[in-house]
Amino acid sequence: MSEKSMNIQPAEFTFDQESEQQIEKILAKYPAARKASAVISLLYVVQNQMNRETKSAWVPKVAMSVVAKRLEISPVRVFEVATFYTMFNLEPIGQYHLQVCGTTPCWLRGSDDIVTACKNATGIKEFGQTSDDGMFTLSEVECLGACANAPILQVDHDYYEDMTAESTTKLIDLLRQGNKPAHGSMIDRFNSAPIGKKFSQNTEAKDVK
Amino acid sequence: MLSDKDRIYLNLHGQDDWKLAGARRRGDWDNTKDILALGRETVIKTVIDSGLRGRGGAGFSTGLKWSFMPKNEGPLPHYLVINGDESEPGTCKDREVMRHEPHKIVEGALLASFAIGAHTAYIYIRGEYYNEANRLQVAIDEAYEAGLIGKNACGSGWDFDFYIHRGAGAYICGEETAQLESLEGKKGQPRLKPPFPAGKGLYGCPTTINNVESISVTPTILRRGSAWFAGIGRPNNTGPKLMAISGHVNTPCVFEEALGLPIKDVIEKHGGGVRGGWDNLLAVIPGGTSMPMLNKETCESTLFDFDGLRDAGSGLGTACMVVMDKSTDIIRAVTLLSKFYKHESCGQCTPCREGSIWVLKVMQRMTEGRAEIEEIDMLMDVTKNIENTTICAMGMSVAWPVQALIRNFRPVMEQRIMDYKKSRGGASQIQVPGDAAIGSF
Amino acid sequence: MAKVIVDGIPVEVPNGSSVLQACEAAGKEIPRFCYHDKLSVAGNCRMCMVEITGARKPLVSSCSHPVMEGMHVTTDSETIRTARRSTMELLLINHPLDCPICDQGGECDLQDQAVGYGRDCSRYTDEKRAVVDKYMGPLIRTVMTRCIQCTRCIRFTNEIAGTAELGGIYRGTSLEITPFIEQSLVSELSGNLIDVCPVGALTSKPTAFHYRSWELKNTDSIDVVDAVGTNIMLQIRGNEVMRVLPRKNDDVNEEWLSDKGRFSLDGLKRRRLDRPWIKKNGKLVEASWTETIQYVADKLKTVAADRIGAIAGDLCDAESMLALKHLVNGLGSANTDCRQDNAYYDISERGNYVFNSSIAGIEDADALLVIGSFPRQEAPVLNARIRKRWLSLTEQFPIAYIGELPDDPTYKIDHLGESPELINELLAGNHAFVDILKNAKRPMIILGHGALIRPDSKVIFEKTMALANAIGAVSEDWNGFNILHHAASRVAGLDLGFIPQGQGKDVAAMINGGVDVLWMLGADEVDISTLSPECFVIYQGHHGERAASRADVILPGATYTEKSGTYVNTEGRVQRSFRAICPPGEAKEEWSVICSIGQALAVEQPYQNLETLRQYMTEVNPVFAQCGLVKNSVAVSVGDGAQGNFEKQPLTAVISDYFLTNSISRASLTMNECSKLRYAPSAEAAE
Ligand SMILES: Cc1cc2nc3c(=O)[nH]c(=O)nc-3n(C[C@H](O)[C@H](O)[C@H](O)COP(=O)(O)O)c2cc1C
Ligand code: SF4
Ligand code: FES
Repeated sequence: MSEKSMNIQPAEFTFDQESEQQIEKILAKYPAARKASAVISLLYVVQNQMNRETKSAWVPKVAMSVVAKRLEISPVRVFEVATFYTMFNLEPIGQYHLQVCGTTPCWLRGSDDIVTACKNATGIKEFGQTSDDGMFTLSEVECLGACANAPILQVDHDYYEDMTAESTTKLIDLLRQGNKPAHGSMIDRFNSAPIGKKFSQNTEAKDVK
Repeated sequence: MLSDKDRIYLNLHGQDDWKLAGARRRGDWDNTKDILALGRETVIKTVIDSGLRGRGGAGFSTGLKWSFMPKNEGPLPHYLVINGDESEPGTCKDREVMRHEPHKIVEGALLASFAIGAHTAYIYIRGEYYNEANRLQVAIDEAYEAGLIGKNACGSGWDFDFYIHRGAGAYICGEETAQLESLEGKKGQPRLKPPFPAGKGLYGCPTTINNVESISVTPTILRRGSAWFAGIGRPNNTGPKLMAISGHVNTPCVFEEALGLPIKDVIEKHGGGVRGGWDNLLAVIPGGTSMPMLNKETCESTLFDFDGLRDAGSGLGTACMVVMDKSTDIIRAVTLLSKFYKHESCGQCTPCREGSIWVLKVMQRMTEGRAEIEEIDMLMDVTKNIENTTICAMGMSVAWPVQALIRNFRPVMEQRIMDYKKSRGGASQIQVPGDAAIGSF
Repeated sequence: MAKVIVDGIPVEVPNGSSVLQACEAAGKEIPRFCYHDKLSVAGNCRMCMVEITGARKPLVSSCSHPVMEGMHVTTDSETIRTARRSTMELLLINHPLDCPICDQGGECDLQDQAVGYGRDCSRYTDEKRAVVDKYMGPLIRTVMTRCIQCTRCIRFTNEIAGTAELGGIYRGTSLEITPFIEQSLVSELSGNLIDVCPVGALTSKPTAFHYRSWELKNTDSIDVVDAVGTNIMLQIRGNEVMRVLPRKNDDVNEEWLSDKGRFSLDGLKRRRLDRPWIKKNGKLVEASWTETIQYVADKLKTVAADRIGAIAGDLCDAESMLALKHLVNGLGSANTDCRQDNAYYDISERGNYVFNSSIAGIEDADALLVIGSFPRQEAPVLNARIRKRWLSLTEQFPIAYIGELPDDPTYKIDHLGESPELINELLAGNHAFVDILKNAKRPMIILGHGALIRPDSKVIFEKTMALANAIGAVSEDWNGFNILHHAASRVAGLDLGFIPQGQGKDVAAMINGGVDVLWMLGADEVDISTLSPECFVIYQGHHGERAASRADVILPGATYTEKSGTYVNTEGRVQRSFRAICPPGEAKEEWSVICSIGQALAVEQPYQNLETLRQYMTEVNPVFAQCGLVKNSVAVSVGDGAQGNFEKQPLTAVISDYFLTNSISRASLTMNECSKLRYAPSAEAAE
């Protein structure tokens, strides 16, 4: 946690009504004595609530104590979990979280171009930074598990697949206008089927269009 | 070549309705009650006889694994945990099942749980698969609603609850015991074995962990019979299998195919061929990037199944291959893998924690050529040591890609080093010591 | 038992043992970093590799691998050596080579193993990792770059201390050990982290850079900050105690030591009384021993015997108490009391005032009721044993407390309440917990001084004893009735009869005008504000506190480090400590000064030196003949007070400030700082 994040840490955190409803459902999944199982889910609840409240999805440190108390575990256990898993943002982030996969399968299909396009379109210089307008945070992530549709740009929860520099720039423009397009393949392709086909099988191979 | 009548995943690409109605139309949930009525032993025996080997990477007989669970329910509940972490680079098959065939998972979960005496199953889905988890949740809700799971599932008398547990970005949680730790609300750090999960797994109770695909093919096996499944592929390498091709092919995709075809055929048929033609092929990583890469010659002679790849000095892994053509900077390709494994090391045991960063640092210099020739041997030696001493199999993932690079492309590495030295004024140029330009983890 | 063959040597080890334990049984030394025999097995350092013949994966970490009948283990082969060398190499690539300025130098596991398995030069040429240091309070200094991520410290706080303060955050090579918030650790056992850490990541902050381990000489001693009787080792350089370390004794402290026992050592050097003083014309002036001894003797001659009284403090050695008792009795007075807190004891049987179950016996108990005690502060090391029992998975260990809870007990309890009335309810069977106690095979009751220093203590004591009998806590083979003491001298004082006998006056009576001469032997905790100005006070002790400034004569004494002494712990275990250094200036062991005064008064004394004094001690009470053993009387009697009534006020905790309970710790700057941070935390500024 950086010096900066120490200054922006809020003094307190309380779950709101919506979060409480989610927590009730989450806790029902696990045996009563195994509440700790819900720690990841509760950190998501925190992150989503922060997003609702501040338009920035992140987990402040006080919230970790709140989660610990709710699950009857030591706060340091929650701290461990929040820092171990990469999907928890420990500092405020931009309104949209641009996550470019840079692992080999995506790199083979041009992820470097996607990174460049993201930087150019947002003015961000390095991974981990947030654009000056607070709209975007750019992160490099490891394999997203959609390699047949590489390269991937993940925006918040959604995968944008088969990206090119052009489609990246266009996507970011749309996001800036508050226009989030449907996720999925950004080329003329049916999910993870081979380009031009609806199936990958021979015997019944049909064209998409 | 898999004929369409033998395909299990009829909606692999989502061309049809993924919800309960569509699934039922395709044959899912058809007489599940009758299958349950066969009894535990018969279900397990059928799966053993089918020859189904775990689809998560290690290839252990699924039926045999189920048979390791205590026969009778003791004081401790049994659990089924379905591994939907799918984080091995190159691997993207389970995602299709989750979003397009979710009912196969729900039904498989019921059958497998019944077979191992579990009334509760969790599916651990990697955090990034947010939309996929939402789809599966809908399917689970539908199944509860229709009485297919829950109390007296399918009217069989068996009570069964099924829950989704989302991860949050950690490859290591695909390792089965790390997954259990994560499910228990801890960091995903692999456990020491023994004890094995069948004895002491989730919450200290007997637990079976299976891959999403392993679970989702079992309803079909139980419907169509073990002989049908065993009749596809080669002995010990049976059945259709989900596969994927990514990288430098004309049509990267996910598909279902019989095991045992020549690698070249698979690439040509499903991947639409290597970009620029077969002769433009440099190397193939066959089954998730932990598996050692194969060069073009080996690819031509190797069958794409468990034994074929083992004999070629590699492994089938998840059967999701990464194809690289001659334009690839193969050293950088492997360095990016080293970066991945370093990023994903849980940090628990010394060889993986310290070894993964050492390997990465050397590989980064190797990419530039800023290294010594002797360091290639050193790298080999260091990776050999890492491979043998870690708590979990991640040590091999750190080691094997690099070892395969050295085995197949040593001259390229040496050339890179010589070129670097030449560009700085001579072969005796001492390397510049390491830099710190590596991310925070 | 399982038979295992280690390098051809057959050994038998209990089932469930690890291969490492089998190797040790065969006399083979296995290098390790993460393994610690009092902590759970982590198996993360990968240093302890051995080979199992015929296994699918022969190379295994011996600490985590269970033995199997007939297993063949090899502890030395080329493969094993390669693996260990490799682990060593990997541990060192990111470890700073700062041994010359590291306090762990000379006793560092990493340094030691590097001799056996290290390479002569590093193959790693890239940059080393640097980790930001963490603030953990005034006791623990951190140099986190040295950390080898063995997680012993995390496991210690989770398992032994029960405070779960430390964790490992981030992952992979970025893994860092840290507390959740950077503040003083809250455990009273935190100093053990220094011992537990195999490298120099966690070292002692108060003594940072004060010594190198190889300069120190060792003397065995007994810790006196509480009544646990922790076995310690005093490490000396010149005439100074540089470090206090626990000695391993599984019956008492295992290998732990409380923070107060470890870190109050700077108090040994401050505010010391180093020469005799006599008050002349209302002012204390320096005097020689000869003059002082004569002065005291002359004074004693002038008063009526029953107007002489003696109070012994909490840190006293048995020898001094015996000498003083003999002298006072010899002069004809029965006014001796070692209970500065006026506690009530029934001394008719030894079993009535000791911790009968024994500390190790806690591990056999299967239910516990604590009345008027808060062991976490009164006996942190003993509390760790309760926690250990509570954590053990084999059986449940239900625990209930009656009395004030100043803090988290470090295990889950059923807090029944604070009123002594609850004892009646339990006796009447009106409370659910009584069934738990009755159904237990080996139930325990711990009665603490929160219950023993009240006007109704006799009633509480006797009703508690009745309860102990009612629940079957006392039988032929199990005695679950326990008094938890927190004063190191108390049980010896009771064993020696250093309490008023016959017409003898107790502390309250002595203070409130009962005596004309009051001999305060290290009696630092008595409130003497009400003492009549006419009363002549002899203060004999080592620290100049309130009592000393009120004194008419000061006899400078020796701290526990400066004398050879006998102590009896709360279990009734007789233990001996040895003189590690000399007392400052002219200060002297108390018993020898008392002996000289006795001679000046011509009191007949059956001893002349330490040896004969100890001989005499065993005559006074034969328990002193057996060092190290606990001698418990099984019988526990029930007096008639069981009919009495309780007072209304709740049972309160006896210790209000853990760090400042005796003259040594009060003189310690370290303990004062800890106290300030714990009890007035706003003063804390993270470094
Ligand atoms: C580092 C590592 C990562 C793994 N990741 C996955 C994964 O993402 N999905 C998976 O199904 N199995 C994964 N595995 C394999 C699992 O440990 C386990 O063998 C598998 O889930 C068993 O299922 P199966 O028998 O059905 O194949 C991984 C193993 C290791 C060592
Ligand atoms: S600080 Fe010491 S005890 Fe804790 S993990 Fe690091 S080396 Fe081990
Ligand atoms: S001592 Fe066995 S792995 Fe550390």
